[in-house]
Amino acid sequence: MANGEITSIVIRTVSRIIIPFIQIFGLYTIIHGEASPGGGFQGGVILGTSIILLTIVFGLEEAKRRIPRGLILVFMSLGLLIYSGIGLLDMLFGGKYLEYTRLPLPLSGHEISALSILCVEIGIGITVMSVIILLFFYSVRDEDAHGINA
Amino acid sequence: MLMELMLRYNYWISVVLMLIGFYTMISKKNFIKKIIGMNIFQTAIFLLYISMADIEGRSAPIIISETGYVNPLPHVLILTAIVVSVSTTAVALSLIMKIYKEYGSIEEDKILEVHS
Amino acid sequence: MIQNLPIFIVIIPLVTVFLIPLVGLWKRDYCFYISALSITLLFSISVFLLNLSINVIHYHIGGWEPPWGIEYVVDPLSAFMILLITFITLLVILYSKKSVSKELPNSIVEFYTVFMLLITGLLGIVITGDIFNMYVFLEIASLSAYALIAVGGKRDALLASFNYLIIGSIAACFILLGIGFLYMVTGSLNMADLSVILPKAYASYPRVVLTAIIFFIVGLSIKIALFPLHTWLPNAYTHAPSVVSAELAALMTKVGAYVMIRILSIFGISLLGDVPIADILSWVAAVAIIIGSINAIAQTDIKRMLAYSSVSQIGYIVLGIGLANQTGLTGGILHILNHAFMKGCLFLAVGAIIYKTGIRNINEFQGLGRKMPYTMLAFSIAALSMIGIPPLCGFFSKWYLALGSVESGKWIFALVILLSSLLNAGYFLRVLEKAWFGKSIHEEVDEAPGSMLIPTLILAIGCILLGIFVTIPVSFINSILSISKLGWT
Repeated sequence: MANGEITSIVIRTVSRIIIPFIQIFGLYTIIHGEASPGGGFQGGVILGTSIILLTIVFGLEEAKRRIPRGLILVFMSLGLLIYSGIGLLDMLFGGKYLEYTRLPLPLSGHEISALSILCVEIGIGITVMSVIILLFFYSVRDEDAHGINA
Repeated sequence: MLMELMLRYNYWISVVLMLIGFYTMISKKNFIKKIIGMNIFQTAIFLLYISMADIEGRSAPIIISETGYVNPLPHVLILTAIVVSVSTTAVALSLIMKIYKEYGSIEEDKILEVHS
Repeated sequence: MIQNLPIFIVIIPLVTVFLIPLVGLWKRDYCFYISALSITLLFSISVFLLNLSINVIHYHIGGWEPPWGIEYVVDPLSAFMILLITFITLLVILYSKKSVSKELPNSIVEFYTVFMLLITGLLGIVITGDIFNMYVFLEIASLSAYALIAVGGKRDALLASFNYLIIGSIAACFILLGIGFLYMVTGSLNMADLSVILPKAYASYPRVVLTAIIFFIVGLSIKIALFPLHTWLPNAYTHAPSVVSAELAALMTKVGAYVMIRILSIFGISLLGDVPIADILSWVAAVAIIIGSINAIAQTDIKRMLAYSSVSQIGYIVLGIGLANQTGLTGGILHILNHAFMKGCLFLAVGAIIYKTGIRNINEFQGLGRKMPYTMLAFSIAALSMIGIPPLCGFFSKWYLALGSVESGKWIFALVILLSSLLNAGYFLRVLEKAWFGKSIHEEVDEAPGSMLIPTLILAIGCILLGIFVTIPVSFINSILSISKLGWT
C-alpha cells in the first residue's frame, strides 16, 4: 500500500466495471445538455469524477501512468481554445462574438446555433474535466516535487 | 397578513439557512467548518433565486406543455454561481491543505498561538 | 474590426491565461514574454478605445439585443479605467521579471497564469454592461487575488489569504443577493435598462429595492475595504509578494470603487433622494480617512504602513462619491487615477528595496538615500504627492474634494482632509528623513536593477506630470461626467 491504493478485490473489480459507465454517463450529460438537465460543466465534473475514482482505488502511480500530466495541461488549454475559436470564427464571418448564425453551413439558423452550442459545451466539458483531475492530483501528490514543471 | 407571510415559506427557509451558514462562517474556529458554512450560505442564496423563478402550475421548458413554462433565466444564473462557488471552495481547500502542512493544525486558536 | 474591439479586451488576456501553461511546459522563461506581449497589445487597444469612447460603443455579444443578451458598453468612464488598468499592469509586468524570479523561483508559470486571470477579471468588470456578468468577473478577479497572495507559500501569506477569502466570499454573496432582489422586482439584468425601470419598481416595492441597495453597499464596502470592514487589507498587502502588493493596491480597490459608482448610478436620484445613502457614505469615509492615517503612524513595517495608508486613501475616493456633486465626484475619480500612480510607485519602490536589501522595518532605513538614490527619489516623489504638496498630483485631487465639500456646505470634510494631510506628512516624512539624512548603516548595497527601476521611475514621473498638466485629466473627467449617466449628482 505504498501509494495509498485500495487492495480489496471487491472494490477493485466493481470499479473496473463502473468507471467506463461513469464516463459514458458524463459524455451523455454533456451532449444532452440542451434537452435534459446537464451541460458542459456538469458533464465535465462527472468525467473528472471517474478519474478520481480510478486514483482512489488504484493509487496515484497507476493513474499517472494512464494519464500523463502534459496531456492534461494540453486538454485544459484545448477546451478554452475551442470556445474562443468558435467565437473568433463567428467574428471572421462578419458577426459579433459568438453570433452563431453567421457561420456558412448549409443548415437553418436554429440548427447552426444548436451545433455550435454543442461544440462550445464539449470544449467546456474538456476543460472542467482536466481541471478537476489536476486539482485532485495536486492534492494527493508527494511533497518533494516543486511546481508545475518538476 | 399572516396568510401571506405563510405563503412565502420558501423565502423563510432560505433566510434561515443563510443565517445558519453565516453564523457558522464567522463563529467556528475550525477552518473546514468555516468552509462548510460558506457552502451552506451560498446554497441558501441559490435556493432563494430558484424558488423565486418557479411559477405554480407550469413545467420546465424542456417538455412541451400547454400551461406555459417556468422562467429559465434564474436557473442559468445559478449554474454560473454554482461554478463560482465550487471554484471558491477549491481555492479554500487548497489553502487549508497548505496551512495544515505549515502549522500542523487547522484550529484557528492553535494557529494564532503558534503564529505569535 | 473596430467595432469588435470591446470583446478583444477580454478575449486577449483570457487566451493568454490558457496559453501560458502550454508554453511553460516547453520553456519556463517564455511565460514572461507572452504576458508582456499581451499586455502591450491591450494597452495599445485601450489607447485607441479612449478616443472612440466619446460616442458610447455598445457591443451585443452573440448578436442578441439587450435586455435579452449581454452587452459590453464602452463609455468614457470605462475607457478611462481600462487605460489605467492596462498602463499600470504593463509597468508591473516589466517590473516582475526580476522580482518574481527572486521571490517565487519555483512558481513562475503559476504566477503568470493567475496574474493574467486577475487582469481578465479586472478588465471584464469595467467593460461589461450586464450586472450579473459584473458579479462573475468580480469573482474571477477576487479568486485570482486570493491565489496570488498565497503563491510562494509563506506562512503569514497563507493565513492572510484565507482570511481574505472568507471575508471576500461574504461580500460576493451579499452582492449576489442584491442582484437577486433587483431581478425579482424588475426582471432585467442590463444596467442601462435597470436605471430606467427602477423608479417604477421603487414606487411599487420600496422595501425590496432598499434591501437590494443595502446589500450592495455593504458587499462593496467589504471589497473596497471601507473603514469598519477593512480588517483583511493590512495582512493581505503586507504578506503578499511585492509585485502582487503593488498590483492589488493600485487596482483592485479602485475597480471596486468603479463598481460602486456604477451601482449608485443605477439606483439614481429617485431612491437616493429618500434614503441618505450618500450622506452615510461620506461620513463613514471621513472616519476612514482619519483612522487609516492614525493607524499608519503606529506601524514599523513599511508595507503595513502603506497598507493602512491605502485604507485612508480609499476614504478619499468614497468621500468623493458620497459628496454627490460634480466637483466632489471629479475629485473622487481624479483620486482614483492619482492614487493608482502614487501607491503603485510606493509599493514598487519598497519592493525594489526589499529585493536588494531584505529590509522591511522602517528603523533600518537609515542612509538608504545615498545607496539607492533613484529608488528613494521615486519613493520621495510619490510620498510628497500623497501628502499633497503642489504641483504634484495628490494636491489636486484633495483640492477638488475640499472644494466639493465646501460647495455642498459640509465644511467639516475639508477640515478632515487637511488633518489627514498633516497625519500623512507625519508618517511619510519620518521615512524620508531616515532615508536621506540618516547615517548609512548598509555598506554593500547598490542600486536596484534597471528592469525594476524604470517602471518605478515612470510612475514617479507620471505623478509629476499628472500634477503639472492636471487640466488634461480634469477635462477628460468633465467629459465623463457629462456623457456617462452618473445620475445621482
